[in-house]
Amino acid sequence: MIASSLPVPARQPIAGRSNRVRSLWLLGLATVLAGLCALSVTTGSRDVGWADIAAALGGGQDNIGQAAVSLRIPRTLLAVLAGAALGLAGAVMQGVTRNPLADPGILGVNMGASLAVVIGVAWFNIASAQAYIWTAIIGAGCTAGFVYAIGSLGRGGATPLKLALAGVATSIAFASLVMAVVLPRNDIAGGIRSWQIGGVGGATFDRILPVLPFLAVGMVIALLSARRLNSLALGDEMAAGLGERVALARGVAAFGAILLCGATTAICGPIGFLGLIVPHLCRLLVGADYRWLLPFSAVGGASLLLLADIAGRIIARPAELDVGIVTAFVGAPFFIWVVMRQRIREL
Amino acid sequence: MTAFQAIVASRRRHGRNYAVLTAILVALVIAIFALTLSLGQSFTPPDEVLRVLLGEEVKGASFAVGQLRLPRAVLAILAGLSFGLAGVAFQIMLRNPLASPDIIGISSGASAAAVFAIVVLSLKGVAVSIFAVSGGLVVALLVYALSFRNGAAGTRLILVGIGVSAMLESVVAYILSQAADWNLQETMRWLTGSLNGAQLGQAVPLLAALVLFGGLLLNQARGLDLLRLGDDTAAALGVRVGRTRIAVIIAAVGLIATATAVTGPIAFIAFLSGPIAARIVGSRGSLLIPSALVGALLVLAGDYAGQFLLPTRYPVGVVTGVLGAPYLIYLIVRANRSGSSL
Repeated sequence: MIASSLPVPARQPIAGRSNRVRSLWLLGLATVLAGLCALSVTTGSRDVGWADIAAALGGGQDNIGQAAVSLRIPRTLLAVLAGAALGLAGAVMQGVTRNPLADPGILGVNMGASLAVVIGVAWFNIASAQAYIWTAIIGAGCTAGFVYAIGSLGRGGATPLKLALAGVATSIAFASLVMAVVLPRNDIAGGIRSWQIGGVGGATFDRILPVLPFLAVGMVIALLSARRLNSLALGDEMAAGLGERVALARGVAAFGAILLCGATTAICGPIGFLGLIVPHLCRLLVGADYRWLLPFSAVGGASLLLLADIAGRIIARPAELDVGIVTAFVGAPFFIWVVMRQRIREL
Repeated sequence: MTAFQAIVASRRRHGRNYAVLTAILVALVIAIFALTLSLGQSFTPPDEVLRVLLGEEVKGASFAVGQLRLPRAVLAILAGLSFGLAGVAFQIMLRNPLASPDIIGISSGASAAAVFAIVVLSLKGVAVSIFAVSGGLVVALLVYALSFRNGAAGTRLILVGIGVSAMLESVVAYILSQAADWNLQETMRWLTGSLNGAQLGQAVPLLAALVLFGGLLLNQARGLDLLRLGDDTAAALGVRVGRTRIAVIIAAVGLIATATAVTGPIAFIAFLSGPIAARIVGSRGSLLIPSALVGALLVLAGDYAGQFLLPTRYPVGVVTGVLGAPYLIYLIVRANRSGSSL
């Protein structure tokens, strides 16, 4: 029952992929990311000439075009960081829970972080960036524990669908609570509403800076747990037989993912489905070895979020479409596809 | 007493209990309706309320009762009846309490279509309802086609529905963010459901839908109840399974979508009414009418609480959302504990 929930489709010829091919893929993906970064700085709801773009990259703020471009630079940076964090967190969560449906959004972790932040803002008047981040991380951690506890009740432990259902239910429940907390506070309702959709617009370097150490620690922990996730993928008994301390391995990797989700949610709001899509697509490229999957998920997540953000800016011209809306619109069909691929026995 | 007589006697007792309990629910709905009419920001004596209802012009009461409280209360009852009926119909048909239209995306479909009709096409009234019903039907067919397995709703259908619902909610969020004159109140209506700004004229399409689709649903009540036993058993007992199912889907979607087009998707009413009604009347008879009454009760009481009993004025959907959310989690905990496949 547990082994059947491995997120690894057995038919994938994992051994057939040489490290050189994987390195080339990674290089290619990084090139795509670089190209997207360039695209993100040069396109937006306002057309800006090349001369102005060049001037803005040099720090110029002389006209409205240059000012617009100089706003796009931190936005691009934030999209890359948040995308990498969410992609990585999704991959780690899928490994820790051995659940192909795991995702910071679906498991309710992002919503838990955002509920904590909303309560902190509305009731405890927290205002500093540090306080936001810590509150979000605590909220994310508590929610992750809660969802895992509910999802693993009963026979069969935390099967993918039970866990996903527990996460989604918690997410719906927390969304109602967020509404109830926010509504009485007209002064903050507007700001929280737009934050709640999830977006990277309006980013500044000042807002990104405090979140960097948290993201860095989270990414290091996540990337270092690749080998442990590989053992966990074999099943708890096998992993223990290989000398892995299963609970510890899970806890450490989950902690890394929670840091990433909490910090990202604190600054961007809850962005859903990215952590689900990215690891699945990356698995198609590199197979299930977490030592490769994790870096791929980070780069892939950054690329995908950036792409979604650029798309949101182009589609809704002259306005902008928040990236959270784009990822939900694209990610939900993907989620349905993964659900339908699950074996009937588990349903 | 022979065994046969015992069965007849217990049947009779059950039937009587069912009637009594249903009557109590009706009485409760009427009592809260009367309360909301006479007690708002200020108290209006019952005799004055009655005179306003009879069409007299009463100084100091006509506006508060006739213009503010009456439309609100009437809409609350009609929407509650529709949500309660539609919710329990889906729950019975798919044999799963989680398969209520507000969780598997049908409400979101109706809501997205209604928002599209109102904001993008600038439509009003019945045209919006038609859009909402079509949106709800399309989503119902989509979810059903994607996950249909022998009639019952496994976790697969629930999760597919949740995915569809997430997608449609992003559409609603997009349209609302594009609307030039969007304000918090209108936004709240389409996110959680609200009765603010209710007008008596809005009750007309609701009433029509309730008569038409509610009648169709009650007409199918026996077949629907037998579907609980499984498709094969129901077919063996003479139910035309396919036809019943199609009629129930059309009727339930019609109800929920018409109500959603007016009040927005009031959170969790469709999901909560059936299980609460089942707790009250047990398995003594059809759940359709008790569940409809419970729905009306929930919306009336939730709206009243949201207006007057809490420190801030909340739209009804927020109140019912906060009430319904723990129950949703409880339901999942219970299902996981007992090992049943939800």
